Amino acid sequence: MAFFSQAWAIVRKDLLTELRGASTIISMVLMGLLVVLVFNFGTEPGTQSASLARAGVLWAAFLFSGVIAVGRSFASEKEAGCLDGLLLCPVDRGVIYLGKLLGNLILVFVTGVVILLFFTVVYNVGIGTSWLQLLLLLVLASVGLSTLGTLFAAVAAGVRARDALLTVFIFPLLVPLVIAAAHCSTLLLNGKSLADAGLWPWLLVVYDVVFLAVSFIVFDFVVED
Amino acid sequence: MKSGSKRRAYATSALVIVTFALILFALVEALVIAPREATMGDIQRLFYFHMPSAWIALGPAFTVVFGLSIAYLATGKMVYDRWAGASAEIGVIFTTITLMTGPIWAKPIWGVYWTWEPRLTTTLVLWFIYVGYLLLRSIAGEGPRRARLSAVYGIVGWIDVPIVFLSIWLWRTVHPRLLTGHGFDMDSRMVTALMISLAAFTLLYVTLLVLRAGTLDIAAEVTALQARLRRLDRRGGGR
Repeated sequence: MAFFSQAWAIVRKDLLTELRGASTIISMVLMGLLVVLVFNFGTEPGTQSASLARAGVLWAAFLFSGVIAVGRSFASEKEAGCLDGLLLCPVDRGVIYLGKLLGNLILVFVTGVVILLFFTVVYNVGIGTSWLQLLLLLVLASVGLSTLGTLFAAVAAGVRARDALLTVFIFPLLVPLVIAAAHCSTLLLNGKSLADAGLWPWLLVVYDVVFLAVSFIVFDFVVED
Repeated sequence: MKSGSKRRAYATSALVIVTFALILFALVEALVIAPREATMGDIQRLFYFHMPSAWIALGPAFTVVFGLSIAYLATGKMVYDRWAGASAEIGVIFTTITLMTGPIWAKPIWGVYWTWEPRLTTTLVLWFIYVGYLLLRSIAGEGPRRARLSAVYGIVGWIDVPIVFLSIWLWRTVHPRLLTGHGFDMDSRMVTALMISLAAFTLLYVTLLVLRAGTLDIAAEVTALQARLRRLDRRGGGR
């Protein structure tokens, strides 16, 4: 249990910093909304249904805002030499990874909800009865994004890479997640349920579990110095 | 040590000569001996270069990166990191060749340069992943830190590739498939040309890997010697 309470301490620290004006979530939400706005000019106005192309817009917004969260989570530690302090803590490195991951997960998920609401309003899509499943989908996608995002943010912080490079590192790896999430969300926004989505939700689950396990194992090597 | 490095040099030269000969043989097979394809014409001969490149890209090149990345993390020996870096560079070259020869062939045959078919899309994503890997190596300086970070990338990237393929394959099978592979009946001489070309490209990969990693090994040795020389200098100056 010590493991989780230690990780929670890191989450609490990150969220407190965020609440006291780190304003990561504001840039995330703005980025998400802007992507939806800009991509809107590439789609045909007046059509009602939530097509796969539009689902692509939704998840592109989600990815771009997510990169901000994970990038900041290590860049801010690096700025004041806090990462060294964090690594000096007498805890398992896995705890640090989990703490950072959970902090990012919360930011990514909350931002995802805002983007989703904005998306449904401006594209005139009714959420209808499937909102609970949409939230579940958002959780699955947020876990995948935060898992690889946190790992590679640590990698990028190790080489002082900027956010742009972080994007280059993780977007190709997130391709399966985007395809699966886009498929599921299209079905849900068209009034179907996840039960109709076949293998897609399971692909997300497998993706999350596999990379959670792998990242957990290799994170040690990323921060070892 | 001297005779050892001499033996290595001889072995490398022999490898280069054999590879050169086999590549020449493959060229003759592909461009002269293999018959002209009845419907596609000469453009089909691109296949003898396209398919072997794809094999190197999807087969050995990045799998070797994956294996050596694990070996590095397990042992901390820099030699594994150098060989992983060399293999990734060669892999990216062959992936690029695959992605360029494909559209040249596809335009006259399929009518389009590109289609979002699983194999094509996976190869493109593969290219992005390993260009990212090389980018990481290029900005991470030298030494154990770069080795560790790129090893992590090499492991995660390789695990991602089958999941990418699975997701794109599922995605495309939902939609009607316009094009189902490039199946055509092959003349036995075509099969021979393809097999020789496959062998030649595989040997070419090995040769390039040995040469490139050998260069990196020598560079590391030089750096180590320079550091040792500086230490000796300093000690001499102190006396």
